[in-house]
Amino acid sequence: MLKILKARLLQGHRTGSFPDTAPTLPDRFAGLPEVQSCTEKDCAACAEICPTGAILKGESGVVLDMGKCIFCRKCENACSAGKIKLTGNHDTASFTREGLVRAASSPAYEYELQPNEVIKSLCGKSLKIRQISAGGCAACELDFNVLNTLAWDMGRFGIQVVASPRHADCVLITGPVSKNMLLALKKTFDAVPDPAFVIACGSCAISGGLFRGNDEVCNGVEDILKVDLYVPGCPPHPATLLEALLRFIGRNPGKLRNLSVK
Amino acid sequence: MNAEKFLILKNPAAAPFAAVPCLSMDDFRAELIACNGTAAAFFEHAGKLVAILNSNTDDKIFVTSTAVPESRRYPALTPDRPMFHWFERELHEQTGIVPEGHPWLKPIRFTAEEAKPGVTDYFTMQGCAAHEVAVGPVHAGVIEPGHFRFQCMGEDVYSLEISLGYQHRGIEKMLTGGPDNRTLPVVEAIAGDSSTAYAGTYCRLLEALDGDCRISDRSEAIRAIAWELERIANHIGDLGALAGDVAYLPTASYCGRIRGDVLNTTAMICGNRFGRGLITPEGVGYALDDVRAAEMLKKLKQTEKDLNNALDLLFDSPSVLDRFENTGTVSRKTAADLGLVGMAARACGISCDTRSTHPYGWYKKSAPAIVTFPDGDVAARAAVRRGELAESYQFIYHLLENLPPESASVAPQKRMADAIAVSLGEGWRGMICMAAVTDNAGNFARFKSVDPSFHNWQGLAMALRGEQISNFPICNKSFNLSYCGHDL
Repeated sequence: MLKILKARLLQGHRTGSFPDTAPTLPDRFAGLPEVQSCTEKDCAACAEICPTGAILKGESGVVLDMGKCIFCRKCENACSAGKIKLTGNHDTASFTREGLVRAASSPAYEYELQPNEVIKSLCGKSLKIRQISAGGCAACELDFNVLNTLAWDMGRFGIQVVASPRHADCVLITGPVSKNMLLALKKTFDAVPDPAFVIACGSCAISGGLFRGNDEVCNGVEDILKVDLYVPGCPPHPATLLEALLRFIGRNPGKLRNLSVK
Repeated sequence: MNAEKFLILKNPAAAPFAAVPCLSMDDFRAELIACNGTAAAFFEHAGKLVAILNSNTDDKIFVTSTAVPESRRYPALTPDRPMFHWFERELHEQTGIVPEGHPWLKPIRFTAEEAKPGVTDYFTMQGCAAHEVAVGPVHAGVIEPGHFRFQCMGEDVYSLEISLGYQHRGIEKMLTGGPDNRTLPVVEAIAGDSSTAYAGTYCRLLEALDGDCRISDRSEAIRAIAWELERIANHIGDLGALAGDVAYLPTASYCGRIRGDVLNTTAMICGNRFGRGLITPEGVGYALDDVRAAEMLKKLKQTEKDLNNALDLLFDSPSVLDRFENTGTVSRKTAADLGLVGMAARACGISCDTRSTHPYGWYKKSAPAIVTFPDGDVAARAAVRRGELAESYQFIYHLLENLPPESASVAPQKRMADAIAVSLGEGWRGMICMAAVTDNAGNFARFKSVDPSFHNWQGLAMALRGEQISNFPICNKSFNLSYCGHDL
C-alpha cells in the first residue's frame, strides 16, 4: 500500500491542460492543410503523387479533400511552388462533408461550434459512445482509446465508451467498412436508441481512405448512415478527436484560446 | 539442408523464380515435414505451390515448390506438420486447391462472394452441462472485430474456436501490380500498431530486388530506433492492459499515459505517433539531427524511470502474480508444433527472434538480446515483455548517443524481373514475412504478407483450454494479436 502511494507521488498529476490551452504537438505534426491559388496550368504534381486521390487539380486550382487525405505530406513536398502547406493546426474535424474540402477559395480557419440545438441539449453534458471497428488498421481505435487514459481523460467531460449499443447516444465508426463488417455495423447501429448519431473517425471511415475503390470495402460510412461528425486523419491525433467530440456535444472547448468562432 | 531440394536465401534476398526447385509432390511433402524450420509463407503462384520456411538453427530461409496437380488436390501437410493448418485453410480459401486429409477446411477470412462472415460449422460439444458461449464480432471495448466460440463444461473451457475475416479489405490484391503511390502507405496500414515494422520489411524487399542500393548507416540506425520505439510502446500498453484486466489500477493508468509519451517520441521524428512516413525506400523520410536525438533521449529516459516504477508495483504484487501464473499456459511442444512466432513463442522457451537469427538493417551490427521465459503462461508473456522493454531501451539509448554520421543512401531504383523476394522482420508481436514474385517488368505479380498473428491465433486458442472464460481477457491481452494483420 505504501509503495502504491509512493508511486502515486512519483508519477504525479499528468492530465494535460488541453483543451484550455493548445495541445502539445510535435513540430513536424501534419494538420489542417492550407491551399493557395495555383496558376500552373500544366503542373499536377500534387494530384499525381497523392496516394489516395485526395487532390483534384483543375481549371480553378487545387482542391484538397481532407476526407480522403492521410496527411502524408507527399503533395507538400511535390509542389515546388509551395502552394500546399500542412499546418500544425490539429483542429480539422467538421460537421459537414463539404467542410473537409480545402481550396484556395476556402475561408480561413474558423472555430466551428455545434449548430444543432437537439444535439446540444441531448449530449451537452453526457455522450455515450459505442465504437465500431469496421475494416481499418486499428490505429484509429488505438488513438481513440488514448482519450480514456489519464493524459486526456475524456470522462471528465461526460464522454464515455459504453459496451452495449443500447446504452449509447452515438456510434463512432473507424475503418472503410469492410463488406464483412457491414451487417454487424448495421445491426449495432440499429440497436442504438433514437436519436442515434454517427461519428466517422479517420479517412477510411469518411471515404474509404487508402482502401477506397477496393471490392472488399464500402468506401466508408457515407452511403450507409448519415454522418453527424467527420474527423479526418490517418489516424486522427487524440487532440483532433477530443476537440471534435467536445465541439460536437455543444461545448466551446477553445474558449480560453482566443479563437475566432464561426 | 539439401540445396537441390531448397533454394536457400539470406534475409532479405531475391532470386530468379525459376531457381526455386520444383519437387515432386512426394518430395515436397517429405522435405517440408522433415525441414527444421518454421513455416513463414505458403501460397500458389503460376501453377506452383510455394513454401517458405525460416530455419530454426541458422540464418537461412528455405524456399521450395511443387507443381499443383491437375486434380487441384494433394495430400495435406497439416496432419504431419500442424503449423501448416492455417496456411492450408488459407490456400483452400484463396485458390480452391484441396489439401486432402486436412482436419477442417473452413474459410479463415470469408472472402468468397457467397460467404457470410462467421457463418460456418463450428466445433461443438454434447453433454448435460455442456454449453456454448459466442462472442463478437463487435466486442465490449474499443477493439477490432472477431468472433469467438467457447465450448464449456460448467466453468471450464474445453475449446475455443476463433473465426476472423471481418477486417478483410483486400490488401494482397491491392499490392499486386505495384509498387505504386499507394503501396507504402497501404503496407503501413496492414497493422496500424506495427507500421514501422511493416514499412521496414517492405523496404528491404525492394532493396533485395534491386541489389545495388545502399541505405546509409544513419538511416538504418533511425529505422532501428523507430522499430524499438514501436515495440516499447506496444509492450507498455499491453502490460498496462494486463494490469487493468486483473483490476490493478495504478499500473494500468500509469502505463496508459507512459505509452502515449513513447508514441510522442516517435512523433518527434516524423510528426506521426505511429511512425507513418518515417521509413521509406530512400532510408528515412525525416532527418534526425543530434539536437533532436538528445531531446528524444532525455524524454525516453524519463519514460523508462516512470515505467520501471509502474512495473515494479505490478510484478511485486502477489495478487497480480497469482492471476498471471499458470494462467493460459501453452507448452513448448505445442508452440513449436503450431509454429508460434515472436514474443508468444519466446514465452514458451523458444529462442526465436529474427533480429538475431535472421538479422537485417542495423541488427546486423548489433541486436537486443533474445529474451525467453520457459513457462508459457500469462506471467511468462508479461515477463518477456518486461525483459524486452529493458533491452529495447538500452538499445535505443546507445543508438541515440552514437548516431553514425550522415552519409548518402542510394535508394532502390530497379527491380529484378521474374524473381521471388523474401523479407523477414521482427515486429513487436513476432516475425513478419513478406514475399513477392515479380513479373517480367519487375512489378509484383503476387504479393504475400504474413502477420505474426497468422501463426499465433492458434496459440491463443490453445491457451484457453482448461481455463475459465473469465480468464479470456488476460490471456487475450497477453498475446494481443492483430485482427487486421491477419485479415489483410
